[in-house]
This record gives sequence, structure tokens and C-alpha cells, in this order.
Amino acid sequence: MACSKCLGITGVSHTFGKTKALQDVSLDVAEGRFVALLGVNGAGKTTLFSLITRLYDNISGSIEVCGHDVRREAGPALAQLGVVFQSRSLDMSLTVRQNIRYHGALHGIGRREALKRGDKALERVGLLDRADAKVATLSGGQIRRAEIARALLHDPKLLLLDEATVGLDVQSRRDVVSTVRNLVTNQNVGVLWATHLFDEVEPADDVVVLHKGSVLAKGLASDIAGGRTLSDAFLLLTGVSETALAS
Amino acid sequence: MSLERLNWKGRLTCFCGIVWREALRFAKQRERFLSALVRPLVWLFLFAAGMRTVQGFPPDPPYQTWISYEIYVAPGLCAMIQLFNGLQSSLSMVYDRETGAMRTLLVSPYPRWFLLSSKLMAGVAVSVVQVYAFLLIAYFWEIEPPLIGYLLVLPALILSGMMLGALGLFLSSAIKQLENFAGVMNFVIFPMFFASTALYPLWRVEENSPYVADILRYNPFTYCVELIRFALYAQVNWTALAVVAGTTVLFLGAAIYAYDPSKGMIGRKR
Ligand SMILES: Nc1ncnc2c1ncn2[C@@H]1O[C@H](COP(=O)(O)OP(=O)(O)O)[C@@H](O)[C@H]1O
Ligand SMILES: [Mg+2]
Repeated sequence: MACSKCLGITGVSHTFGKTKALQDVSLDVAEGRFVALLGVNGAGKTTLFSLITRLYDNISGSIEVCGHDVRREAGPALAQLGVVFQSRSLDMSLTVRQNIRYHGALHGIGRREALKRGDKALERVGLLDRADAKVATLSGGQIRRAEIARALLHDPKLLLLDEATVGLDVQSRRDVVSTVRNLVTNQNVGVLWATHLFDEVEPADDVVVLHKGSVLAKGLASDIAGGRTLSDAFLLLTGVSETALAS
Repeated sequence: MSLERLNWKGRLTCFCGIVWREALRFAKQRERFLSALVRPLVWLFLFAAGMRTVQGFPPDPPYQTWISYEIYVAPGLCAMIQLFNGLQSSLSMVYDRETGAMRTLLVSPYPRWFLLSSKLMAGVAVSVVQVYAFLLIAYFWEIEPPLIGYLLVLPALILSGMMLGALGLFLSSAIKQLENFAGVMNFVIFPMFFASTALYPLWRVEENSPYVADILRYNPFTYCVELIRFALYAQVNWTALAVVAGTTVLFLGAAIYAYDPSKGMIGRKR
């Protein structure tokens, strides 16, 4: 089933008590596009992901996954969605395969089918040889890739990744980024990639700059950069100092 | 993903997967199983030794003869296993919430009430296995209910397990921090257990203090104990059945309400 617009967010706001975590956020992710959600810590990226995955109800505005409103048609919306959360969410005491089988069941995929798909997904992220290892014995990068394999199991049209490379060494970071980019090219999934690291963004990507809960700029990375480096453009937009960025 | 998987067959797969994971985790935690088994056995042993002087109790439904004290406390200890189990699975759910496993569960496309109830049933299945293991050992301790009782106690165990699991589920949505589980022990498990008919019959308490007897009457755990006691001796205690069923609905409703996304209970703590 194709859907040209994987994710449509219109006018979404969210508050935690007095903190305005998101203010009138709108953005789209089209099929086969890599969209970088760029923002420093505290910008509201994780909050937005929690709203898309319906961990909180979006108080105002609308969020649609493949045309299904996450509030009114939560089932069909979540069925098209694969997520890699910022915090690790695999069961450490189980093996990679067991985790995958559990996730398959949560999406209504039976044991045999889940294991078959799981092997394919693990192969795609280059982790098939570790399939029967306990998650606790994997490295940080391997865990991330296992989480990506898990997120792909039910063939989602939209993949959300929240700071997927944080805490990884350079090589693992590169592996994770290229794994996801391959998915965009080969499987035509739409990706929303939340990050505060500019070097993960390529000129042809779509970029959404989120700062203090508001979208400051949207467009092609090369357009936003406008001849400067992306990080310079970002600093200009947000007024964040370079030292604050590094933290 | 094709949307057909949202049908009932898919739900069944989902339910089985949740039970499978719980069983797998349980099988890995052998200490948990042992402690769940040893705890009531130690109590049984202590009561048997300590209460030898007590004559036992005269016939009173569901018992038709004089019974020893051990025979009296056995059903209460079954309920205790379920009480611990229900609150322990609530502990694991608080833990799940902090490790992100709760997020994994809740991004499943099936309705939230279905996911939470499945999780609850998985915990109940584990507690039922524990109770049967206890009853098996207790059999050699001369706690010998009629054979049919072992069959009839199953629905009673499922129902009381659900009530105590739903209580745990509700508490897990309200507990903000893991450390608070000690508080749950002190303020939930012990009062519920001691202020129930698990250790002493209601009429006995009534003789000494009608006031305390009222407390026992208002404790839903009393009805879990009585439901199990009667079922184990092939009888139905309709009052207990009604109270346990009603309380289950109440706690479960409260838990599902507390996990409602718009209440934002989940993930409020970071
Ligand atoms: N559960 C919460 N309770 C209260 N405030 C929160 C909560 N989650 C996030 N916030 C606040 O909302 C803002 C956005 O946070 P977050 O979405 O985590 O940002 P990011 O993921 O971009 O680092 C921050 O100011 C943060 O302190
Ligand atoms: Mg974040």
C-alpha cells in the first residue's frame, strides 16, 4: 500500500505544566525522503515523537500517518509506523531474535513469519550473525541497528529515529546513518531523523529546524545553509552560541 | 504493513506474544519463582509449628469437619502468592516504563486497553502456575482438598489474579519511582494480607472485636481468599465472586484510565 505523504503534522502544540514544549509545529515527510529534525537539547524533538507515537495525546493540531489521524485512527496509524526511541528499548535479558519475535507479535505477525522477516531485517542492518546473542552482550551501535531491524519488521512506511547515533563511536555512527539512508533509497520509506548533529545531514535532505518548541526554518538543507555551512546557518537562525551547541 | 493484521487473528497473535514474553522472563528469574514458592511454605511451616496448640477450627463452610490451622491458612497463602505476584508485575511494569519497554508495548497498533489487559493476563498465568506448585507441595503436608477442588479453583485463581494484577497495574501507573516499591510492600501488601481472613476466620475476629471484623469485611483481599477457599472445597461463595469481579472491573478501569495518553501518566517521569 503506497502513501505519498507518510507524515503530516499541522499546527501541533504541547505543554508540560507551564513549559511550552511545542508551539504550532507543522511539517511533512514524503515517501522516500530523509527529513532531518534539527534542534539542540530541549528543542522539543522527543516530545514531538511522543505525540506521533501517541504516548501523549496531541492537545491541539493534527498528526496523520499515511493519512490516518493518530488520535481517531490510532491502530492504522501505528501500524504504518516504525520507531527507534531515544532511550534504549530492547529487552536486555532476551536475545535479539526473541526481541524481534515479541515485537512481531505486538504487530500481529506470527512466530514463523516474524522470524523470517526478522532475519531479513537483521541482514539488512548487518547483524544476522548476532541474532542469537543476548542484547546485553551487544555494543551500543549493534543495539541501535537491532532496534532499527526491529522497527522495520512490520514494513512501516514511516520510520522515526530519535537521536539514533548519540553515544556511538564514529564507525557505528556511520554504519547507522548509512543503514537508514539505504532504506530510504531502496525501500522508499519516509524517515524523520531527529538529531542535534549537523554532519549527519546531506545537502539534498529536507531539514526542519526546531528551536524552543517552534519551527524556525523548513526546506532543503542546501537552501537553508545558503552558501554557509549548515551549522553556521543554524547558529544564525537560533542565536545559540557555539559553546552551547557543543554541550 | 497490511492493515488486515489489525483483525482478531492478529490480536490473538499479539496476546500470545505478550504471554510468551512474560513466561520467558519468568523462566529466567528462577529466584523469583523459588522465593514465591518458599515464602508461603515457610509461613505454612511456621504456622504449623507455632499453632500446634491451637485446636483448629470447628466445622464452618466450606469445611465439613474440624480442620487444622494449616488447612485453614492454605487458601490464604495461595492468595498471598497472587498478591505478591500482582504487585511484583506492577514493579516490573514501572521498570518497563523506565527502560522503554512500555513504549515498545504501547506503540503496538492494538487498543491500549487490550494491550494492558493482555499484560495483566500474562501475569495471572504466571501466578496460577506458582499457586499450583504450592498446592502440590502442600498436598504432602496433609492439605488435601477434594481432587475436583483443584480443577474448580482455577477460575477462582484467574479471577483473583486479575483483581490483584489490576490493582498492581493501577499502582504502577501511580508509582513515580522504583524505590517506592518498599512503600507498596508496607502500605499495600502487609495491611491487605493481615487485615483479611487469610490468617483467622471472620467469626473468630468478630468474637474479639467487631470493629476489626468490619475492617476485614471492607478489605477486597478477604474476598479473594474466600473465593479461593470455597472453590478449593468445591463450593461457590457468591458474595466473594461478586466482590472480586466488581473490584477487578474497578481497578482495571482505573488502570486503563491512568494509562490514557491524554492523562500523560506515562513518560511524565523522565
Ligand atoms: N515529561 C516532561 N515533563 C516536563 N517537561 C518536559 C517533559 N518532557 C520534556 N519536557 C520539557 O520539554 C522541552 C522539550 O524537551 P524534549 O522534547 O525532550 O527535547 P529534545 O528531545 O529536543 O531534547 C524541554 O524544555 C523539557 O524540559
Ligand atoms: Mg530528546
